[in-house]
Amino acid sequence: MTTHEVVLHPASVVEELKKNNISHVVWLPDSETNFMYQLLTNEPTLDLVPVCREGETMAIAAGLWVGGKRPIVLIQNTGIFESGDSIRGLGLDVNQPLVMLVGYRGWSRHGITTDSAARYIEHILHAWGINYYLIETDEDADRISVAIAEADRTQRPVAVLVGTEFGA
Amino acid sequence: MIDNQEAVKVIDANRDDGVIIATMNANNVRFGLPTVTTQERLDMPVSGAMGKASNVGLGLALAQPDRKVIVLDGDGSLLMNLGAMVTMANKTPKNMYHMVFDNGVYAVTGGQPVPGSGKADWEAMAKAAGYAATFSFDNLEDLTTGIADVMAAEGPVFVHLRVKPEIENTPVQFRQRANRTMNVAIKEMPGVLISD
Repeated sequence: MTTHEVVLHPASVVEELKKNNISHVVWLPDSETNFMYQLLTNEPTLDLVPVCREGETMAIAAGLWVGGKRPIVLIQNTGIFESGDSIRGLGLDVNQPLVMLVGYRGWSRHGITTDSAARYIEHILHAWGINYYLIETDEDADRISVAIAEADRTQRPVAVLVGTEFGA
Repeated sequence: MIDNQEAVKVIDANRDDGVIIATMNANNVRFGLPTVTTQERLDMPVSGAMGKASNVGLGLALAQPDRKVIVLDGDGSLLMNLGAMVTMANKTPKNMYHMVFDNGVYAVTGGQPVPGSGKADWEAMAKAAGYAATFSFDNLEDLTTGIADVMAAEGPVFVHLRVKPEIENTPVQFRQRANRTMNVAIKEMPGVLISD
């Protein structure tokens, strides 16, 4: 039987969001962030905004930001591909300090990555000039704070790639 | 059918201190919001958003629950992002008024018909998506008398407006631009919302 060690817990991520006064999580679920749902819905300081398609998230976040809130986006890397025009028009072009937590589908430190969602995502972020951080363990979670501080300072979108599925 | 500019005028006159987020023909510099607005500081043009105007409006409505947010959308625009109607209805923003200017065409690209023009039932789609109230108007007199009921309704409210096409054939680089851009509005709006 194959066992997987759980190294990143949703509570670590939620703690980072609370520490940075994040008000809204605009999201579309994916396998990397599956266990996050219950924790997010039970956290009174965070308002969960579910969407039907990932491109909506940056636009909703833009409205929240203009209205004085501190949203964060939580989607999968496949959703980044789908969201290209929203990231361009409602992220980069309007200088939105948007942090995008991105499930890194296909990522592996071991062997060959066969999933094109993993092969292309970093190239796409490079093409847009969007800086990014990788988190895989609870010890990495404070990079979310680094990303939020960078987005605030540069007034640009910053990505955090979630390189592992959360444990329960 | 309703004249585009007249429709915007009626809405602007009944906005109170509401933010208007306008896209495409509803924000046209010759016959849209910029020509009739009475509160430009509360206007937020959303250009080139590829159907995301109502998403921006939802975010603003959630952030500012005590202020009305009025989105002036296009039929071609919303068709690009129909799921946004369900996203909107799901969060039940009571202060949201989502108005779709249905001219049946892609007016800014020369007047090609949008898919479903004359067949798709916008009000029925909004009801099915779960909007709290829906309205449909195809003449100015009914809109003028009905707008008070629209703005008194608890949101999310959906309004279908059958408007006359105003087709643009001038090459894009020669078209007149509005002074108030999305970037200007985004820069100014937070201060305006706080000061009010």
